[in-house]
Amino acid sequence: MNTDKQLLTKTNIVVVGNGMVGHHFVEEMAKNPNYQITVLSAESRLAYDRVHLSEYFGGKTADDLAMTTPEHYEELGVNFKTNAKVILIDKIVQYVTTENGETYHYDKLILATGSYPFVPPIPGKDQDHCLVYRTIDDLEDIANSAKVSKVGVVIGGGLLGLEAANAIKQLGLQTHVVEFAPQLMGVQIDGGGGRLLREKIEDLGVKVHTSKATNVIEKGDTSRYKLCFNDGSELETDLILFSAGIRPYDNLAREFELTLGERGGIVVNNQCQTSDENIYAIGECALWNNFIFGLVAPGYAMAKVVAKHIDGITGENGDIAEFTGADMSTKLKLMGVEVGSIGDAHGKTAGSLTYTYENQPEGVYKKIVVSADKKALLGAVLIGDTSEYDTLLQYMLNAIELPESPEGLILPMAADKPTLGVDALPESATICSCHNVTKGDIIASIDAGATTVGDVKSCTKAGSGCGGCAALVKSVADNEFEKRGVEVKKDICEHFAYSRREIFDIVSVEKIKTFDELLEKHGKGLGCEICKPVAGSVLASVWNDYILKKPHLSLQDTNDTYLGNMQKDGTYSVVPRIAGGEITPDKLIVLGEVANKYNLYTKITGGARVDLFGARVEQLPPIWKELVDAGFETGHAYGKSLRTVKSCVGSTWCRYGVQDSMSMAIDLENRYKGLRAPHKIKFGVSGCTRECAEAQGKDIGIIATDNGWNLYVAGNGGMKPRHADLFATDLDDETLVKYVDRILMFYVQTGDRLQRTSVWMDNLEGGLAYLQDVVMKDSLGITDVLETQMASIVGSYQCEWKTTIEDPEALKRFKPFVNSDKGDSNIQFVTEREQIRPARGQEKIEVTLIDTIENDTETADALAEEA
Amino acid sequence: MTTTTNKAWRTICNASDLVKDSGISALIADATGEDEQIAIFHIPNSEEKIYAVGNYDPIGQANVLYRGLVGCIDDEPVVSSPLYKQHYSLKTGRCLQEEQTISVYDIRIENEQVQLFY
Ligand SMILES: Cc1cc2nc3c(=O)[nH]c(=O)nc-3n(C[C@H](O)[C@H](O)[C@H](O)COP(=O)(O)OP(=O)(O)OC[C@H]3O[C@@H](n4cnc5c(N)ncnc54)[C@H](O)[C@@H]3O)c2cc1C
Ligand code: FES
Repeated sequence: MNTDKQLLTKTNIVVVGNGMVGHHFVEEMAKNPNYQITVLSAESRLAYDRVHLSEYFGGKTADDLAMTTPEHYEELGVNFKTNAKVILIDKIVQYVTTENGETYHYDKLILATGSYPFVPPIPGKDQDHCLVYRTIDDLEDIANSAKVSKVGVVIGGGLLGLEAANAIKQLGLQTHVVEFAPQLMGVQIDGGGGRLLREKIEDLGVKVHTSKATNVIEKGDTSRYKLCFNDGSELETDLILFSAGIRPYDNLAREFELTLGERGGIVVNNQCQTSDENIYAIGECALWNNFIFGLVAPGYAMAKVVAKHIDGITGENGDIAEFTGADMSTKLKLMGVEVGSIGDAHGKTAGSLTYTYENQPEGVYKKIVVSADKKALLGAVLIGDTSEYDTLLQYMLNAIELPESPEGLILPMAADKPTLGVDALPESATICSCHNVTKGDIIASIDAGATTVGDVKSCTKAGSGCGGCAALVKSVADNEFEKRGVEVKKDICEHFAYSRREIFDIVSVEKIKTFDELLEKHGKGLGCEICKPVAGSVLASVWNDYILKKPHLSLQDTNDTYLGNMQKDGTYSVVPRIAGGEITPDKLIVLGEVANKYNLYTKITGGARVDLFGARVEQLPPIWKELVDAGFETGHAYGKSLRTVKSCVGSTWCRYGVQDSMSMAIDLENRYKGLRAPHKIKFGVSGCTRECAEAQGKDIGIIATDNGWNLYVAGNGGMKPRHADLFATDLDDETLVKYVDRILMFYVQTGDRLQRTSVWMDNLEGGLAYLQDVVMKDSLGITDVLETQMASIVGSYQCEWKTTIEDPEALKRFKPFVNSDKGDSNIQFVTEREQIRPARGQEKIEVTLIDTIENDTETADALAEEA
Repeated sequence: MTTTTNKAWRTICNASDLVKDSGISALIADATGEDEQIAIFHIPNSEEKIYAVGNYDPIGQANVLYRGLVGCIDDEPVVSSPLYKQHYSLKTGRCLQEEQTISVYDIRIENEQVQLFY
């Protein structure tokens, strides 16, 4: 082993600051085992997603925003310290010292200290309730202050200021924005755009004050404070939020003599080295070409360059990796207003020409800036509608020649709108700027075996930053799949050249009621174990017929046929529904009695119900008869359908609960039980943000708030955990159920076979925003249909077990042999921890004659139930 | 139970006991008098219409094949094991995914009676 040698030769890299960029550097550098990385973070937590910081007010927690965990860093072999602000750099001996007096030697030092909010030197700025917007701690302060405030003012009307204004408005404050310049977002958009943006924002109830400089903050007359402006006017407010720009954290560089820019920022070269060759600076503290980049994507690019430079990796043609600047175009939604800014938005390039389109009634403003010869796009401003953003950006980034009449690019009804096919993009075109993924990278990932858009995303990381590129990534990938004739093949099997969704459409449109009819009209052969259950599930969703009716019987998996989960020895498990996990003592006793009588292995599942294992086929009907008589219903543990709604007791019992989560959970479980879907569905309902029901790991998650319910979708635990997406906040009961109806029905219609909601969401073109549009804005005009379908399914629910035990024909199937009353001699049990379990090979005894053996067991399914 | 017997067509059940496009199981005594479980499938749209194979799944090691879904793979009629989903040919007993074979029996419908040759 050469570990000792490796230890000795490992290069020590110390990273100061664990913001988004510092963290990205760690991820890049840790790929290479020859380096020992130490991270020193001034904040109390490891890196989190600052770009999505505002979602903290939308219900996301610090954990949700986290970009890494201590465990993950440990896995990477990275040393780290939080609350470890660096206060000293010794460039000669090469070490740094933290506030706590700890010292770390470095071979290479990375400054990724980011920036801090600039607070203008206004007298009175240092009082309580005068806050900034940069860290999670800041947001906690704002939330606390908002609780005792009525009016809030944001000083600064730039991009971040408007985001902050939105946040305090959501916290229920009467909101004002004060801007020194004559317009909002002066950096990114022009006067025309600024005017429209202001109108739109004022329509939303935020007061905008432009051309105002604040002289002093004084004690207020009606509120806590008042701002006194230089024009003599005043504004009363309780909370003040400064968002007047950012300043690089360059104090270390200043004190320890690294070259700084005139107006601050640590000067770096194209390799991001500072004036000391062993010290690099990346992210928002670095000044490159006299410019500070206030976005993550350029910071990530710098991080990559440094990782390569340290490792001495040269480019393909022998060049040393270089940072060559970055595009600062942005697209975002501010208080629901779409805003896009590309390149030279102000038309400052000499000789440039502009085209402007404005539609006041609709609140849309678009401008493009083109070169004097009208061949190249230089910049653009889009307000109110950013649908052309991707196309315009690609024109600019790739210097693609503009069409004859460039105005067609932004005119709404231009006859043959020149949309830029992804085919036209060069391989070097950047598709995802957050992770610097080019069209060529996407193609390479497909060459390397990616077969779905999901694969492409996980190989290249495209789309996992701001998410703005998701639609483009998908069309580039799909285009490539199509070209290769991989022809995004969705045929479910050799018998049907259709996806589940297409089969769903065929069945509903042609009113097909049996598999035979479907096979005859649209398939071939005899069908198989793939298409038959799909057809069964679709027929059940569309017509909700009793699943064991003759024509459907042969379509069901054994689990659906015998209404239980088959275990490894051929016995079944019995899982009655216990809605929300609430059960009376009497019913609990019945479960115990039945389990005793039939000698069933008994286990409590992760879904808060009781699983009884080891029932032989012939025992299922008598067991279920007893259960149904005692008021139980089937739990559908065997079906691709609603499993459980996990919940806590909520405001009824819990000291912290804010809503009655128990009643909500039971109502929801009873509403959706029996619904057939592409895969199983789980819900969670928590009575407060402590989230005891782990709702954010469920397909549908609901968390009580003071004002109603927050709705989460597409979470998953199990094999591939996925954190649910926040779908809507503060819903009342009725709206909540309405949205869930629509979401579930849309999933039932469009999901692929065996696709959980998590994967469905990841593959949904347009993602969460698209689903929100479909469900909340009815963008497809189908919400009525979805609700009607759900109503009919809910209305025609029947307990399959009740129906079965009342039908002598159906009961015939539970006879083990058509010509004998014996049982299966291969099913044998032994006792373990006072219960049965299946006998293993050598434990089995040769038996030929058995009339009724006692009973049986199994395990694998308790797991399936929990996953 | 009788010991050694000569093979012959023996009636198992009525044709009405069959379930279309699905399976049932039967218990017979093999040549040495041992109990043997048979899976019988009725697929009216296929060439042979009725098939009989051993009920024991040698991969899953349980008597469950009659509860599998039937269909065809490349025109070969098959049953898919309900445990781990391997396909067994109903004509030859061969497993399409692994080196395993199950026994195959001659079976016919005569005068509304299902008869097996054993
Ligand atoms: C509300 C908000 C919204 C944003 N939205 C977007 C967006 O939509 N798109 C976009 O591209 N960008 C956005 N940004 C900007 C983006 O977040 C920054 O560009 C990015 O976080 C910069 O990363 P960084 O690592 O350079 O700095 P930071 O994330 O600021 O991290 C620097 C870290 O270093 C620590 N540090 C400083 N000095 C020391 C020291 N001496 N010792 C130890 N640690 C130290 C700091 O405490 C901090 O934790 C947004 C920013 C905010 C605040
Ligand atoms: S551009 Fe931000 S995730 Fe791709």
